Amino acid sequence: MRGTSAQAAHWALRSARELTPAGLLLATLVGLWELWVRLNGTQPYILPAPTRIWDAFLQTRGTLPDHIVTTMSEAMLGLAIAAGAGILLAAAIAVSPLLRRILYPVLVLSQNIPLVVMAPLLIVWLGFGMAPKIVIVALIGVFPICISTSEGLLGADREMIDLVRGMGGRTWATLRYVRIPAAVPAFFGGLKIASAYAVLGAVIGEWVGASSGLGIFITRAQASFRVDRVFVAVIIVALISIALFAAVQLAARLASPWLYIRQNDE
Amino acid sequence: MSDASPVVTPAIQITGVTHVFRGKGRELAVLDNVSLDLPTGGFVSLVGPSGCGKSTLLRILAGLLAPDQGSAAVAGVSTLLRPGLVSYMPQKDLLLPWRRALANATLGAEVGGAPPAQARARAAALFERFGLAGFERSWPAQLSGGMRQRLALLRTFLISRPVLLLDEPFGALDAITRREMHTWLQQVLRDDERPGEAVRSVLFVTHDIEEALLLSDRVVVMSPRPGRVVAEVSVAFARPRSASLVVSAEFVALKATLLAALERR
Repeated sequence: MRGTSAQAAHWALRSARELTPAGLLLATLVGLWELWVRLNGTQPYILPAPTRIWDAFLQTRGTLPDHIVTTMSEAMLGLAIAAGAGILLAAAIAVSPLLRRILYPVLVLSQNIPLVVMAPLLIVWLGFGMAPKIVIVALIGVFPICISTSEGLLGADREMIDLVRGMGGRTWATLRYVRIPAAVPAFFGGLKIASAYAVLGAVIGEWVGASSGLGIFITRAQASFRVDRVFVAVIIVALISIALFAAVQLAARLASPWLYIRQNDE
Repeated sequence: MSDASPVVTPAIQITGVTHVFRGKGRELAVLDNVSLDLPTGGFVSLVGPSGCGKSTLLRILAGLLAPDQGSAAVAGVSTLLRPGLVSYMPQKDLLLPWRRALANATLGAEVGGAPPAQARARAAALFERFGLAGFERSWPAQLSGGMRQRLALLRTFLISRPVLLLDEPFGALDAITRREMHTWLQQVLRDDERPGEAVRSVLFVTHDIEEALLLSDRVVVMSPRPGRVVAEVSVAFARPRSASLVVSAEFVALKATLLAALERR
């Protein structure tokens, strides 16, 4: 609509201004870190200087993309499965009180199995490929997505549901016109939480055993005392996590535009 | 309007409706043996104090609630637990925040199974008359209170049913906007020609006596809870009625009658 590019420029400027203090703090800390390492002559296998980490990044540029692709694929596929399963479970919980009584405790229980215990078991069952990592990511993600979405479906405005019923709508119409749209923001709330943990889940899975991925990259780097490479991988994991979170945030905005109406439009 | 109609079945027929709400060991009698007829094409207002069961009566007529006793029929067909026979506008505007204005207007038609494109075309044609032209793509949160009410009314109008149930449609508006809406509603009802379809009958709930007198052919007064019909007053002023009618002697006399009925109980 009107002034879309101006709006985008305004938005970019505002987010840049918002991020500046954090950026300054980060730059200061990195500078102090470099100074500390240089003045004390700290050994690189204890704590590498930022410049050395940058060199390590340049050295590993050739092999890193494959690992990144593996980890990102695991995280995104796991998240997609978590979203699908979370929506189905949420629908089951919302539609039937009996299913709610059956599924809810099982879901809560599933969140109390430590991942460190699950990861090796899943590798025994599913092999060293991507499958066990995808399962771990999905297991972490399904819980917040399902709980949040089911609450959205169940918490829809009773009077709006009655409005649709008064128009002659049955269960499906109340779902389609009221319950499902009402649950969209809640679903994205759950998906945001899940996405924040997705990359971490994949890395933990790879850590235990894998042939490719940032987790195994970290394990190998540690085994050869290349702490600089460990840092490279950690920074990349953080960046991927942020990117994934931002993507979900953007999707949420696109899927629920009514929540992001500019106040001065009124 | 005046030519003799062979149809004798009233648009709305309520007979002996009694209802008690029950919850946690408490009983609340809301309606006590209420009977009411509304002729086809008529405009009848229900007035009464808050909590006298007016809204409950509309919910029963809308098929959303079954009374303990009694019957409710629209054009001779029982509406008990049969939603979808009337156009019902609840007390709140209840616009769906995730639908733009035009999509909110077409909701009833879409729920009723009308093709969305056709529903949109019909709704868009009415936006002008409902004072909403240019706001088709606005979100409900961007509309003023008066516009939200008009949009909710437009949505109700687009449900093609011969009976309109309006539950305090202007209750949340300020006095000036409300007066505008009165003139406007009469206009809209007068222009409401729908080829091949029955003329609309309106049951209008309010707690504003002036509003009831200004708009209705007949005003029904209800007692406080449990609601009973305590008085019925015919209002014979010629239409269209202007806002200045409220200061005429006849109007004031009718208002006094209604006030007395409300006081008497």
